[in-house]
Amino acid sequence: MTSESKHIVLAAKKLTVGYFRKKKADIISSNINFQLAEGELIALVGTNGIGKSTLLRTLSGMQPLINGAIQLNDKNLNSYTSLQRANYVSVVLTETPASKNLTVLELVSLGRQPYTNWMGSLSSADKKIVTRALEATNTMDLFDTKCFELSDGQLQRVYIARALAQDTPVIILDEPTTHLDLFHRASILKLLKNLAAKNNKTILFSTHEIDLAIQLSDKMIVMTPKATYFETPKDLIKAGRFDTLFPEEMIHFDSETGRFIIKD
Amino acid sequence: MKSKQTYRGTFCILTLLLVVVFLINISLGSVYIPFSEVIAGLLGEGASKESWQYILIDYRLPKAITAIMTGGGLAVSGLLMQTLFRNPLAGPFVLGLSSGASLGVAFLILGAGTIGGVAGGILLSEWSLVIASAAGSFLVMLAVLAVTFKIKDTMAILIIGLMFGSVTAAVVAVLSYFSNAEQLQQYIFWSFGSLGNQSWNGVFILTLCCVAGVALSFFSSKSLNALLLGENYAKSMGLHIKRTTFIIIIATSILAGSITAFAGPIAFVGLAVPHLTRQFFTTSNHSILLPAVLIFGSLLLLICDTIAQLPFSEYTIPINAVTSLIGAPVVIWLLVRKRKLLF
Repeated sequence: MTSESKHIVLAAKKLTVGYFRKKKADIISSNINFQLAEGELIALVGTNGIGKSTLLRTLSGMQPLINGAIQLNDKNLNSYTSLQRANYVSVVLTETPASKNLTVLELVSLGRQPYTNWMGSLSSADKKIVTRALEATNTMDLFDTKCFELSDGQLQRVYIARALAQDTPVIILDEPTTHLDLFHRASILKLLKNLAAKNNKTILFSTHEIDLAIQLSDKMIVMTPKATYFETPKDLIKAGRFDTLFPEEMIHFDSETGRFIIKD
Repeated sequence: MKSKQTYRGTFCILTLLLVVVFLINISLGSVYIPFSEVIAGLLGEGASKESWQYILIDYRLPKAITAIMTGGGLAVSGLLMQTLFRNPLAGPFVLGLSSGASLGVAFLILGAGTIGGVAGGILLSEWSLVIASAAGSFLVMLAVLAVTFKIKDTMAILIIGLMFGSVTAAVVAVLSYFSNAEQLQQYIFWSFGSLGNQSWNGVFILTLCCVAGVALSFFSSKSLNALLLGENYAKSMGLHIKRTTFIIIIATSILAGSITAFAGPIAFVGLAVPHLTRQFFTTSNHSILLPAVLIFGSLLLLICDTIAQLPFSEYTIPINAVTSLIGAPVVIWLLVRKRKLLF
């Protein structure tokens, strides 16, 4: 199946992102174009401060876009109410939840909030979805553990489980692999890859693990000061997009192995 | 979220305990009244002595009801603030809500003299006390919230609370310089905090305000649960942050304001009770925590009041002193035992 025949879930057209400060637009990045299809794992890479988080926050509706358009399920993102949007997009943020006193089960159950009644009580269908989310992320045996007792790797899985419990076609993750060792980084990314493929979800994550992203993701968005590129990792390497990501005199990209090499 | 069934037994025991403590509280006091007479008096059969009946119905019963409302209401407002500010040290006293309420009351009591005469007398009705006090705490709550929007630092809001304490003290000092001895005494006695000497009319108004505040809190329990994840997560799950924050502020101001108006600034209940409750209810679900905190708060203040009236003696000590003497060690004990306060 080629990617063209797949359903496009999230798309950006000539998108400009940034902040409104005192009614003046402070542009961080512009002319961003991509179409994310269902069942795809997409990595967002770029140097610190290039605007990865800003782009992700804009895509998840947490801050307004400055120019261009975002299409969510063929409809303009602005036309969704925040509750409707919560049915389509779930997020995993870099910030830790405010309360670490929550148990894993409580935290993951909160993902059902967009669907529960005013009391927030869970139906048996809700409970089933929560259980499935715990099983998918391999956190079932932690369900009664408090969040402050978890390791960083376990916490990240629990956050992903919460996003899964929200049961949305799109999941957006901001740097889900920071603070993790290589084994946990790889296992988180493999988990995401699995979820995208098996559950037919569109998963977009930002990361600094470019070599891991090249190996695991279906498509990549590369943000550079000049432009933002959207291709498969292979095509990006062919086009030499990674060569100019970092200053050439310091870090060299080896297109054979797909790795960055530090020059002395 | 743990279901309510898990805690049904605990809730039954707590409610039973509340009834027992309520009866003990009413039975004890400077005048000895036999327990059978207390029951007879409460059930409307009338105690055998008229003075006993008077003490029971017009002094001890309103005082006990005030204790229940005050303890429960302050504890709930403490829980609301800890969740809203995502700060385990938040509470109506710590964040200066009680100071704000005091300021409102100080303007009313001490300022009434400057208006003088009949107008001053009208101003000092129970409702005006509630409104002035609630307005004071509402303004402080808004100020604290404005600071949290600007500064994402948990220490900052505590400092704001301290500053409001100082401002209150300063303004009260200026006002008292210009007011007469009688008004000053009235204000000083009010600021000691007292559950007693409430008219039935006052108890009625207090109950009305507390029921309204607690009802608003229960109505927000789902939103409060979402806020446990932080504002951005809550937003991503479709929560209207502004509306939720507004409802919580209103609920807290009504609770802290009306309670402070009637019972004076009472320390530590709002801060300590939610933490104490978390020792027994290991859940963060507000639809369980809110009723639990409500009962715990009522229970604690009833016990404090029983101690404050120094049974079998004719002395009473200020309720504020008792809550501080019990509340402060509880907070220290929790900190030492757990190494950190979580909310």
